[in-house]
Amino acid sequence: MQDTASQHAYGFLTRPEVQFLDAAVERLIPADELGPGACDAGVTAYIDRQLTSTWGMHGRNYRSGPWVEGTPQQGFQSRLMPQEIYRYGIAETDAHCKRQYGKAFRMLTGEQQDEVLHALEKDSIELPSLPAKLFFGLLWRNTEEGFFSDPVYGGNRDKAGWRLLGFPGVAASNYNELMYTQTEPYRVEPVSILDMQEGRAALDNQGYPKHVPAQKDGHGRN
Amino acid sequence: MAATKLKPVDAVVVGTGLAGSIMCKSLAETGLKVVGFERGRLLDTQHDFAMPYVHDELKYDRHSDILQNLSRETITFRNKMSELALPMRELGSFKPGECVGGAAVHWGCHAKRFLPWDFAARSQTLERYGAAQIAADCTTQDWGISYDDLEPYYDQFEHLYGVGGKAGNLNGVIEAGGNPFEGARSREFPNPASKTTQIGQLFSDAVRQFGYSPHSNPTAAMTQAYTNPYKLMLGECIGGGFCGGHVCAQGAKANPLNTVVPALGRHDNFELRTLANVIKINLDSTGKRAVGVTYIDARGREFEQPADLVVLSAYTFNNVRLLMLSGIGKQYDPASGTGTLGRNYSYQTHGKVQLFFEDRTFNPFMGGGGRGTAIDDFNGDNFDHAGLGFIGGSYVAAQTSGAAPIKSKQVPPGTPGWGAEWKKTAAHYYNRSFGLNLHGSCQSYRDCYLDLDPTYRDANGLPLLRMTFDWHDNEKKMISHIVEKSAEIAKAISPAKMGSHKLSAKYSIVPYQSTHNIGGAVMGDDPATSVVNKYLQSWDVNNVFVVGGSAFPQNSANPPTATIGALACWAADAIKETYLKKPGLLT
Ligand SMILES: Cc1cc2nc3c(=O)[nH]c(=O)nc-3n(C[C@H](O)[C@H](O)[C@H](O)COP(=O)(O)OP(=O)(O)OC[C@H]3O[C@@H](n4cnc5c(N)ncnc54)[C@H](O)[C@@H]3O)c2cc1C
Ligand code: SF4
Repeated sequence: MQDTASQHAYGFLTRPEVQFLDAAVERLIPADELGPGACDAGVTAYIDRQLTSTWGMHGRNYRSGPWVEGTPQQGFQSRLMPQEIYRYGIAETDAHCKRQYGKAFRMLTGEQQDEVLHALEKDSIELPSLPAKLFFGLLWRNTEEGFFSDPVYGGNRDKAGWRLLGFPGVAASNYNELMYTQTEPYRVEPVSILDMQEGRAALDNQGYPKHVPAQKDGHGRN
Repeated sequence: MAATKLKPVDAVVVGTGLAGSIMCKSLAETGLKVVGFERGRLLDTQHDFAMPYVHDELKYDRHSDILQNLSRETITFRNKMSELALPMRELGSFKPGECVGGAAVHWGCHAKRFLPWDFAARSQTLERYGAAQIAADCTTQDWGISYDDLEPYYDQFEHLYGVGGKAGNLNGVIEAGGNPFEGARSREFPNPASKTTQIGQLFSDAVRQFGYSPHSNPTAAMTQAYTNPYKLMLGECIGGGFCGGHVCAQGAKANPLNTVVPALGRHDNFELRTLANVIKINLDSTGKRAVGVTYIDARGREFEQPADLVVLSAYTFNNVRLLMLSGIGKQYDPASGTGTLGRNYSYQTHGKVQLFFEDRTFNPFMGGGGRGTAIDDFNGDNFDHAGLGFIGGSYVAAQTSGAAPIKSKQVPPGTPGWGAEWKKTAAHYYNRSFGLNLHGSCQSYRDCYLDLDPTYRDANGLPLLRMTFDWHDNEKKMISHIVEKSAEIAKAISPAKMGSHKLSAKYSIVPYQSTHNIGGAVMGDDPATSVVNKYLQSWDVNNVFVVGGSAFPQNSANPPTATIGALACWAADAIKETYLKKPGLLT
């Protein structure tokens, strides 16, 4: 089942950036016996589409100076927009990897990649243009979003994130009864907004999807 | 650019959210010419609230365009006066609305009244425990009205919003199945209580062992189809799991757009002016009388709308800020303790005990609509505070509020934040966990207040509102105490693992907590400690009424909206029955 509109068209990210992100998001949410990881779930495509959206330029954020770093309690205070955070964050992390390991991030072993990601998270790498943890924070936030948001945004391909959790997607109209009676896990084929837009989901007379039993066992296995 | 002066009207209402829509309707009923101003747009519920698009977590939880657009206006924030306040650049701790209906278009429907104690927190504490119980810098005060004064208006609001619940105290008689701690109500809820879910049952069984009294959350998500007093019909809630923060495709979530706004269309003397951002209340040369408001329209043009009566209902922040920008009232100064405007800004506190099981599943994605089972045994002054070193309390609830997959994955303490082990653990416990949530009161303090920022400005060049706020020891002790009590309850449910959260060392503007910001233009019976009188009328400019959570002198543990709605009904009644007949200071 083709679950997203454009799997390999990138509007903002360059090829090395795509390769960096494919490697990084796969360490954050790796493929395992439970199912696909973030790379196969299309998280890089999700991030790319977010970066070309209003959000990628912080279109709804307050963006006047003066710019002061502030306390952690005061929240995001960087002058950089997400587009810039990714562009500089990737280039500068790669530069760090080349200095430290002699290779770009994507060429490192999984353990080395984890080491770098942990160092970014803990802010123990000094990136020239931005705090490392600012880059990591955004990367993790977007990875989680891309893995678990509706496939209409380009990630969560084949609803991998929802299958992992056993999340049914768009609700069925009989939850109000099931909620009080169903104590066994409710395992159905997840239905996305994308499925409904593209006419792949059967609907009831109220316009809610009719859920059907899961083809895969909720842990991605057939 | 000079403002274009428009033809005078009788009354203007600034902000058409939960409080403003009620004010518009009540004033329109008198036959006066009324204009309601709204900075946002009027949603088209048929298309904006359509399935399946409302079941989109990314859109509503992260990027929503019905929330305040911070690129035009935000607030600045600091924990204490010695810090430099910085702008809230992205939404986090709270999510103000920006559309007709306000934040209530996407609220969580938990429609609980305040406790009688909340309205007399200071005097009752002094009476029961003495002055030593209250921190020296605590500025908590009585409201100037009692629960009993407001009861008929709670009742009015609950019938307008079709609230479902079971009375716990009907005319002074304690009723089985309800909340025995609630204030006496004059009649039953208009709709039945929502049923008890699996986690509600586990919680109920556990708390009964301790002698506590479980009950269903009162909810403004319809527990059955309902027609309100304006003959507007609301559908039954299906519990689709995308609720708080989302708009409702079922028409089941009572909000201004399905309870009041359609009825406004029946009044020819009412006009709704959207995409109209009010920037000032204009005063006459005495400074004692408002003559109208100035606003900026979607094209950036400035207009002056003359009016005899001005109602502010622009949420806590802009109620306070518009008074400041208009020079109404005296700015509070924490150093000297003088002035009242901006004083007693407060919020709500929270804590949590999370339970993880191996042998139970909960299908947490079903739910929403305010469903939850709660106890009030640790709320307000419902328990003996002697020797505890704090005042106030929290309710504790097992909520079935839906579990959207980006934000609702819980993992036991010690789990890594990402990677292979995180993935397995998050997947394992998504369906095997629930929380006991504490929502607690927050007292007011001398150093927690609002004023205008000296540096940062909005898109119109006007100063932003500055918030100075932090947690105090009273609240930290209170939440810690009740988290410990909740952990005892949790143990009685026998989870495999548990985690808990108390109040953080400092208040942070980053994680979402609640859109329950209150105070700054508080009500009372003494102009030395309040901005508005008990009818929400400005002490300084008597033809200005300021309606909303801005009037709360400190915050209850209970969610604010039922009380905001009741106060709107109460103020509207005073305006209709008394003020309009004889304009002047109401007594
Ligand atoms: C996700 C979420 C969940 C919630 N859940 C609950 C809950 O379960 N229980 C509960 O009790 N409460 C809940 N709340 C809080 C509830 O939404 C608010 O208490 C309520 O909406 C406040 O009513 P109000 O009329 O004061 O403000 P609003 O309803 O926000 O209305 C204010 C209006 O004024 C407009 N405005 C502001 N400034 C101007 C200006 N300068 N010119 C013109 N217009 C202006 C705004 O655009 C807005 O429409 C929740 C809020 C959120 C965001
Ligand atoms: S849970 Fe109920 S009130 Fe909430 S959005 Fe769904 S149908 Fe509406």
